[in-house]
Amino acid sequence: MKNKIDFMLAGVGGQGTILASDILVEVGLKLGYDAKKSEVHGMSQRGGTVESHVRWGEKVYSPVVERGKLDYLIGFEMLEAARWTSYMNNQSAAIVNRYRVPPPSVNLGLASYPPDEELQHFIETRAEQFQWVEGNAIAQELGNPAVAGVVLLGVLASKLGGSEDVWLEVIEQLVPPKFIDLNKQAFIRGKRLNA
Amino acid sequence: MRKLMSGNEAIAYGAYLSGVKVGSAYPGTPSTEVMDNFSRYPGVYAEWAPNEKVALDVGIGAAYAGSRAMVAMKHVGLNVAADALFYSSYTGLNGGLIIINADDPGMHSSQNEQDNRVYAKFAKVPMLEPADSEDAKTFVKVALELSETFDTPVILRTTTRISHSKSSVELEDSAAPASEKSTSPAYNRDPGKFVMVPANARRRHPVVEDRLAKLAAYAETAEINRIEMGKEQLGIIAGGIAYQYAREVFPDASFLKLGMVYPLPQELIRSFAAKVKVLLVVEELEPFIEEHIRLMGIPVKGKGVFPITGEFSPHLVRECAAKAGLINMEQDNSSTTVSQPELPVRPPMLCPGCGHRGVFHTLSKLDVLVLGDIGCYTLGAAPPLSAMHTCGCMGASIGVAHGVDKAGVSDRSVAIIGDSTFFHTGITPLINVLYNQGTTTTIVLDNRVTAMTGHQVNPGTGLTLQNKETREINISGLAKSIGYEMVDEVSPYDLDKLSSVIEKHINSSLPSLISVKHPCVLNVKEKHPAPVVDQDICVNCGTCLELGCSPLTQEEDHVSINPLLCNGCGLCVQVCPAEAILVNDDNNGKERR
Ligand code: SF4
Ligand code: SF4
Repeated sequence: MKNKIDFMLAGVGGQGTILASDILVEVGLKLGYDAKKSEVHGMSQRGGTVESHVRWGEKVYSPVVERGKLDYLIGFEMLEAARWTSYMNNQSAAIVNRYRVPPPSVNLGLASYPPDEELQHFIETRAEQFQWVEGNAIAQELGNPAVAGVVLLGVLASKLGGSEDVWLEVIEQLVPPKFIDLNKQAFIRGKRLNA
Repeated sequence: MRKLMSGNEAIAYGAYLSGVKVGSAYPGTPSTEVMDNFSRYPGVYAEWAPNEKVALDVGIGAAYAGSRAMVAMKHVGLNVAADALFYSSYTGLNGGLIIINADDPGMHSSQNEQDNRVYAKFAKVPMLEPADSEDAKTFVKVALELSETFDTPVILRTTTRISHSKSSVELEDSAAPASEKSTSPAYNRDPGKFVMVPANARRRHPVVEDRLAKLAAYAETAEINRIEMGKEQLGIIAGGIAYQYAREVFPDASFLKLGMVYPLPQELIRSFAAKVKVLLVVEELEPFIEEHIRLMGIPVKGKGVFPITGEFSPHLVRECAAKAGLINMEQDNSSTTVSQPELPVRPPMLCPGCGHRGVFHTLSKLDVLVLGDIGCYTLGAAPPLSAMHTCGCMGASIGVAHGVDKAGVSDRSVAIIGDSTFFHTGITPLINVLYNQGTTTTIVLDNRVTAMTGHQVNPGTGLTLQNKETREINISGLAKSIGYEMVDEVSPYDLDKLSSVIEKHINSSLPSLISVKHPCVLNVKEKHPAPVVDQDICVNCGTCLELGCSPLTQEEDHVSINPLLCNGCGLCVQVCPAEAILVNDDNNGKERR
């Protein structure tokens, strides 16, 4: 068991970051870690950013990840992923959904959304590993773009290693009954991506 | 068995376990989920009150009657409830009363970052501060016991990071909650104690002082204040979330963890200080603990090291400590810095389809001075709508508008306020306008729910917190009944009508009220097919973009609408001068217009 693993999930309101972080922290607890999570969700419903911290460790004090000490960045949206790179270090891994939600300033033509390559370069140079995931495309194939986040969790699980049973068990516990199968499939698609 | 809970969930659980029978609250981030969660436990009564002052009076009444009671609010809510806090400190109670008070350092969703520990000292009541969810659950019990033992309301202070962080909580198997005297409530008539006329209040004040002295003595041995000895080089005093950050940053230091932040345990502090070489207080916001220790004549570091403004983080605590020479900054292992691309910000904005948008668009077109208030609709102040010019606190709009009116400015102006805010503190200033012969036009954005904090029901909704049907308070009816002669109801989605009604009202010298009524589309999940922009007709004038609706997207030489985001409210259809935006009616969504 590792001494500690720190995660950040970054996205836009409505993308399912909160559910994903709930799953992640619960998995940590089930794996025998002390686990905490923190997020600020005051205005996220109104299109703002959502940033969720999840920490696993032997003993976790702060529910917030310390800047420069992040292990895994899970970006639900490209721009939001790029916003938190100051938390990473040269051993961090970034898993980023190749999906853009232009912020209002961009829609209104007042700012421009950086191109994929620029964002990739920017994140890549701050991390040891970088991976794009076509989360929304995969989720769409499965019939519901809302499960893109669970695809990302699958990819994360493949990097963390270990059995997928705990993850599936937690998904079953936290997802509304009629969406359990869909979410499990999404998780497994993500988990097998790197196989 | 352990279960993950947010701080707010753990508070609700603790209250249930402790036999709290009556709960009252007004929603406010980050405190809202306390009452939401509590209301779902069996055998409890829980309600949303119209404001925090009412909630606290309700809690006090229940506690007078011998029941255990809980009241919850955000930090600025206690400003509203302060009068009740102060009298209940004098009268004391009968059953236990706990006031949950959530501060918001960093102002994630607040207008200021006041430190409510100051209220404990001001009102002379004890205050506990949990550092995680397990603490939160346990401290609720401790608080209620203290309340009954010392005959005082007790404040449990959290901050956003405690309220909204999840950590594990030990579940307790006592299926039936410990019910104290709550079982047979009885009002014990004791006017000398409960009637705060001057003669009685004068007798109660020394009682309060005596109580504080006893509480201070209790604090010395309270289990929730504890010393965790490490190395003697550095001793840290902290409570709440600051304790957690400090534990990470100073793994070897000695700690005095304070679960009770008022009154402070002087002797415990003195003995801890004597054991360590350097004494440091880590606390967000005010130097509350630090000043107390200074008054005791003990050398201590605090705000000289850490900032007085903003929220702390582990990073900030580490950086400040390193700067002050208290630790060595670790080798920075972050990779070589690459130039940061300019990242466009993503501020919150009115949701697609939100009814408030039409009102702000109209006010902006009419160039009216808008005295605003607190709720989702405060986002009407943001560009491109930019149609709100003041926003101070709950219910301020109407009073401020009346003041502007009485000062004699020539600008046409309106007060704008949401339904929940209107019930909170909008009714008395509405009466004031009438009574003092003002001319203010008040626009109530009545979306039938308290949307900002996550769609809680309110007196206009027709439902109670525990899902019982109830009388629905009608805002225009209320205005008419108190004597407003000019009252109109209008839909926010009919821009022509909206504009003519607002014109009529602001040009009149009568005090008046417009109720702009439509349920929040998010709450009732109302959605219509997205309109489409005919690229050949669009002249790229940008008029529709002034609505600030996120599905509208500037393309190379025209505008398009993202159908995934669009709610189909039809406002953009109405504003396009080229009639390039076409209603999409090839499906069975019900028509709004
Ligand atoms: S119809 Fe127009 S104004 Fe209404 S939600 Fe869609 S894009 Fe926005
Ligand atoms: S208002 Fe009409 S013409 Fe102007 S940019 Fe929008 S769609 Fe095009």
